[in-house]
Amino acid sequence: MIDFINFHLIPGLVLGSIYALGAIGVTLTFGILRFANFAHGEIMTLGAYLTLTMMWLTGWHPLILLPVTMVILSLIVIGMDQAFFKPFRNSPAVTVVIASFGLMLMIRSVTQFSWGAQLQAFVPGIQRPNVFFDALRISPKHILIVISAMVLMLVVHWVLAHTRIGKAMRAMSDSPELARLTGINTELVIKATWILGACMAAAAGVFLAYDSHVSTMMGFQILLPTFAAAIVGGIGRPYGAMAGGLLIGVTEELSSYAWLGDGPLLEPGYKAGVSFAIMIGVLIWRPSGLFRGRVF
Amino acid sequence: MAILELENIHGGYGQTEILHDISMRVEPGEIVVIIGPNGAGKSTAMKSVFGLLNLTSGRILLDDVDITNTPPEKVVRQGVCYVPQTGNIFPNLSVHENLEMGAYVRQDDFSGRLDEIYELFPPLVEKRNLPAGTLSGGQRQMVAMGKALMLDPKILLLDEPSAGLSPKYRGEIFKVVRDINEAGTPILMVEQNAKQALGIADRAYILVDGKNRLDDTGKNLLANKEVAEMFLGGGKTEVKKPAVRKARGTPKT
Ligand SMILES: Nc1ncnc2c1ncn2[C@@H]1O[C@H](COP(=O)(O)OP(=O)(O)OP(=O)(O)O)[C@@H](O)[C@H]1O
Ligand SMILES: [Mg+2]
Repeated sequence: MIDFINFHLIPGLVLGSIYALGAIGVTLTFGILRFANFAHGEIMTLGAYLTLTMMWLTGWHPLILLPVTMVILSLIVIGMDQAFFKPFRNSPAVTVVIASFGLMLMIRSVTQFSWGAQLQAFVPGIQRPNVFFDALRISPKHILIVISAMVLMLVVHWVLAHTRIGKAMRAMSDSPELARLTGINTELVIKATWILGACMAAAAGVFLAYDSHVSTMMGFQILLPTFAAAIVGGIGRPYGAMAGGLLIGVTEELSSYAWLGDGPLLEPGYKAGVSFAIMIGVLIWRPSGLFRGRVF
Repeated sequence: MAILELENIHGGYGQTEILHDISMRVEPGEIVVIIGPNGAGKSTAMKSVFGLLNLTSGRILLDDVDITNTPPEKVVRQGVCYVPQTGNIFPNLSVHENLEMGAYVRQDDFSGRLDEIYELFPPLVEKRNLPAGTLSGGQRQMVAMGKALMLDPKILLLDEPSAGLSPKYRGEIFKVVRDINEAGTPILMVEQNAKQALGIADRAYILVDGKNRLDDTGKNLLANKEVAEMFLGGGKTEVKKPAVRKARGTPKT
C-alpha cells in the first residue's frame, strides 16, 4: 500500500499537475484563437532553459526564478504571436496549425543551438526524500511542485472568474463575433491569452525540469499527453484541462502498479499509450469531454 | 437631424452585392421597423452599420458623423448597440456576466444601470448566476437586450427580437421595446411579426430583394393594401393572428 502511494500516486499527482498546467495554455489558445498550438511543448522547454540560465547566473532556486521566467516567456510568446500568428488571424485553422508546427521546429533548433542537445539538470545528483511515519517517502520537490501547481490553478480560476479581462477571454471563447459587437478589444484579449498560457507553460516546463532534467525534447515529449488532457477535459475548457491533466497523469503512473499479482499491470514503457486510451474512452462516453467543450 | 442615417448603401459579403441602394434613417425618439421577406437583406442592412460588410458605395452617418466601415468595437464606443438575430448572448457566461460584458466599454461605475436592467427584466434576477445558455428562448432574448442596454445607447438596433418566442414572451418583448423607447432611446428593429411591429412603429421600411420597396408611417403601412397582401394576409402571419391578440391582452408586468 505504502509503495502504491510512494511510487505511483505521488509521482502521478506531480505528472498530472504538470500536464494540467500545460493543458491550460493549449485549451485557452484553442478556445480563443481556435487552433491547436503545436509549439506549446517547445514553449514549456524554453521556460525550463530560461530558468536554467538564470540559475547559472544567480544561483537562486528555480521556483524563486519562476516569476521572472514567466515574464520573459510571456514577452517572447507575444513576440511570436505578432510575427507568426497575427498575419493568419483570418486564415483557416489548418494554416495556423501548420504555422505553429513550423514555429515548433524553429524554437527547437534555437534551443538546441543555444544550450546544446545534451541532458542537463537543475540540481545535480539525487535528492533524498523526506520520510514520514517511517514509510511515507515524499521528496520536498514533489511537495513544492504539487502545491505550486495548485496555487497557480487557483490563480487561473481567479483570473477567469473574477477579472474583467478573464471574463472577456471567456466571452471571446464563446463567440468572437459577439465579443467584437460588445466592444471587446479582441487583440488585447489575445495578448492576455498568450500571457496566461505562457505563464502556465513556464511553470509546467520548470516543474518538469525540476522533477527530472532539462532537455530540448522535454516539452515535445509531454505535448501529446498535454493535448490529450485538454481534449479529455473538453476543448476550450480551462477547468477541464486541469481535471484532464490530473486524470491522465495519475492514471499513467497507476497503470504500472502491481494491481494483479507481482508484476506491474502495464510495463512502464506503455505509459504513453495510457493517455490515448483515456482520451478515446472519455470521447466515446462523452464526445465533448468532461466539461462539455467544443465539438467539431 | 437624424440619429442614424444610411445613404444609398451598396454592399454585401465578399463580392456578392446583397444591398442595392438602401437608404433609411432614424430620427430622435423614433421606433423604426424594417420588414421584408426572408433573405431580403434586413439583417445585412443592420450589419452594414457595424462595419461587418463590404460596402462598395454609400455612407452611414451617426449624428451626422460618417461612420462608414468603422469596425464593430469602435461603433459600440460611439453609443450604438446591436442585438443580432442569432448568437446574441455568451452562453457559458452567467446572466450577470453577460450584462457586465454589455458594459465592457464603460469605465465608470455601472451598478446603478445593472439594477435598472434587472428591474426592466425581473425574471433575470433569480437566474443571474446561471449560464445564460441554459435559459429559455424568451429569457435569453431578455439577456441579449439587457446586455445591449447596459451602455445606455444613443440608438438600439434589434434584429427580430421576438422570433421564435411564445406569445406571452413576444408580448413582453414588444412591451419592453416600447418602454425603452419611451425612456428616450431610438430603436431600429427588424421584425417578422409585421402587424404587431407596425403597430408600435413610428415609421417603417419594407425591403425586398435588397432594395427599398416602401416606407411610410406604421399606421399608413398597416392600412396599405400591398403590405396587407404581402405580410398581413396569408402565410405565417395568418397563423400568428390569434397569438397576437392574446399577446396584446397580456397584463402589464
Ligand atoms: N454571412 C453571410 N455570407 C454570405 N451571404 C450571406 C451571409 N449572411 C446572409 N447572406 C445572404 O444575404 C442575403 C440576405 O440575408 P439577410 O440575413 O440579410 O436576410 P434577412 O432579410 O435578414 O432574412 P431573414 O428574415 O431570414 O432573417 C441572403 O441571400 C443570404 O443568403
Ligand atoms: Mg435576418
